[in-house]
Amino acid sequence: MDMRLPNPVQPAFEPAESDDAVIVNIGPSHPATHGTIQVIAALEGEKVRKVDVHCGYLHRGFEKECEDHTWTNLIPYVDRLNYCSGLINNFAYCEAVEKLMGIEITPRCHYLRTLLSEYSRIADHMTCVAASLMELGAMTAFLYLVMIRDYIYEHLADLTGARVTYTYGRIGGLARDLPEGWLKRLDEILEQYEDFIGRIHGLMDRNRIFIDRTRNIGMISAADAINWGFTGPILRSTGAAIDLRKDTPYLAYAELDFEVPVGINGDNYDRYYVRMREMDESVYMIRQLVDMLPAGPINVDDRRCVLPEKRLVYSEIESLINHFKLIIEGPQVPAGEVYAAHEAPNGELGFYLVSTGGGIPYKVHVRSPSFVHMGGVKRMLEGYQLADIIPTFGSVNMIGGECDR
Amino acid sequence: MAKTIPIRTANAPSQAFEYFSTKKDELVGWARKFSLFPYPFVTACCAMEFMAVSSTPYDTDRFGAALPRFSPRQSDLLMVVGTLTHKQAPILLKVYEQMCEPKWVMAFGACATSGGFYQNYAAVAGIDKIIPVDIYVPGCPPRPETVIDAIMKLQDRIAHSHHPIINKNF
Amino acid sequence: MTSRLDNVQQQLGLQVGGASRSHGSLVLELARADLLPVVQRLKTEFAFDLLLDVTAVDWPLKTPRFEVVYHLYSTQHRDRVRIKTAVELADPAVESLVSLYGSAHFMERECHDMYGIVFRGNPDLRPILLYEGFVGHPLRKDYGKHDEQPLVPYRI
Repeated sequence: MDMRLPNPVQPAFEPAESDDAVIVNIGPSHPATHGTIQVIAALEGEKVRKVDVHCGYLHRGFEKECEDHTWTNLIPYVDRLNYCSGLINNFAYCEAVEKLMGIEITPRCHYLRTLLSEYSRIADHMTCVAASLMELGAMTAFLYLVMIRDYIYEHLADLTGARVTYTYGRIGGLARDLPEGWLKRLDEILEQYEDFIGRIHGLMDRNRIFIDRTRNIGMISAADAINWGFTGPILRSTGAAIDLRKDTPYLAYAELDFEVPVGINGDNYDRYYVRMREMDESVYMIRQLVDMLPAGPINVDDRRCVLPEKRLVYSEIESLINHFKLIIEGPQVPAGEVYAAHEAPNGELGFYLVSTGGGIPYKVHVRSPSFVHMGGVKRMLEGYQLADIIPTFGSVNMIGGECDR
Repeated sequence: MAKTIPIRTANAPSQAFEYFSTKKDELVGWARKFSLFPYPFVTACCAMEFMAVSSTPYDTDRFGAALPRFSPRQSDLLMVVGTLTHKQAPILLKVYEQMCEPKWVMAFGACATSGGFYQNYAAVAGIDKIIPVDIYVPGCPPRPETVIDAIMKLQDRIAHSHHPIINKNF
Repeated sequence: MTSRLDNVQQQLGLQVGGASRSHGSLVLELARADLLPVVQRLKTEFAFDLLLDVTAVDWPLKTPRFEVVYHLYSTQHRDRVRIKTAVELADPAVESLVSLYGSAHFMERECHDMYGIVFRGNPDLRPILLYEGFVGHPLRKDYGKHDEQPLVPYRI
């Protein structure tokens, strides 16, 4: 069947004149690009001379969708941004709306959100490290990490009802409180995590093949990284200790004792190791938070955004009307705008919300770290070899849902 | 006017031929269903559940469907995992056209089945608008058990379908 | 931190049309012509080294219609500034910040894609989230949410 299929992108460079240079198209359906990214590389032998990165193959119209749903109804869309760590997206968004409404969350919610953010961070880093190791051939490491990640998913399914996209955050609190025995299972998972991570360290840290493929590959300096908008583990791997949890603490981070791991060269090995250490720091933080978790209500007692209890909805007319208005019209958020940022596993995840009053947002914009990283990733790809594109891409952890929104 | 419909058509093959043809279909169907080579056309969040279902503890290797082949020429099950956007649609069609017969398509997840909850200018409302689909797996994302159920149903379909290997009669 | 932002606001004084605070960050409203010099000063004198975000807001009932919004962060002093510039529909053009920040390349491309804002000086304004052949700017309020422009004809 002869079909002339349209080309959705226009490449940046023309076919080369010298016969040494070859143009290679990688993606957007490719095993190792972690989603839908197209990299058009101009090669000279094995060396990459120029790179043109095309994203947008997963642009699902998040911002336009949000202008049609109430503030609470769009929480599922927010989940599917960085789908590896769904809870952090929830909490960052809810915090932005709470700032606009002037709501203070309860202490239990405060600590529980921090605990779940760190738990999600572990799941995300695990996915990133597992996928990038698998692409280098370390299938065993992938299977170990995905096994622990599966325990985390099942555990979060006990709490939220879903394994991957939780929709657990609510404006003013959370959907439900911890079930019985959840914290005990958390302890068990963290112990198994330590066992498995020890094995990964044993397999990879001093592995000659791994070091040869990742040391001094994909290097970027700290000044370059900041100029090109890198945040998160990539920036920290260059040596700059910039972390929103320490610099401008939000949630309960000011009360926790943790350190921010920092790399040396800004190469792929540093990014792998920074992520491994960040997972260990997250486990340490979770253990502190389990001890600090106070009793009390999960949701703030505020009629503007929190649904009343079901038994009151069925018995009192005021609660019924309240419930009805909140579901149909959405929480009424006063006019204004806010930018709230959290330290997501990929970097700074920010929500810029514009409200004109009413239950439906005027604009919801996501400052997504992956998108900005795609702008700068060519600094890490040019000058290296074709086969280095794979580990470098794996270490950048581009998540399609977040990059293209 | 009543039209008489014969019980056996005029040029029907012999009964012995039909018996062997059925047995051949059963054998080829058994072989094909237990050696599925998926092409994971991965786009979005369902990839997390795809990774989970391919590894321990929910193993697709038990069904013979674990080894992915990232070349459309070498695979027979196209698993479209995640949302298909209009920008990605030409790529999906190209990959589908490059696969050789016999091929099956699995729409993995709500977005591949019907567009999910992305009903806007950017997302295609279901991949069956672009390519024919054999099995739809609902869920956002579907639990690994749902995916395994889908693979088993697809295997049942493969086992009971007609597999012409030499010409269209045999 | 608060006094530093006050200091920044004072020193930029005459170049700024309006200044306010929004949940801890400084908000500056600038005229189009002042954008590049003010951002240059913010980067060199006040150490706002990280350009976080470039976006726009569409106010179809106001003139000028679009408001281009930039978010900057200072890694050294840990504070934030939001810059807003108004542009009209007839000439939706702003100076590009690519000469100051490398991250501006992709972010300005996206803003152009979604809203149609032209960034003068950005060498590459090809569509980034949308595809070649897409007509229109979807995040504008007059673009219908369901107006699909399929690239591949539907089979059913």
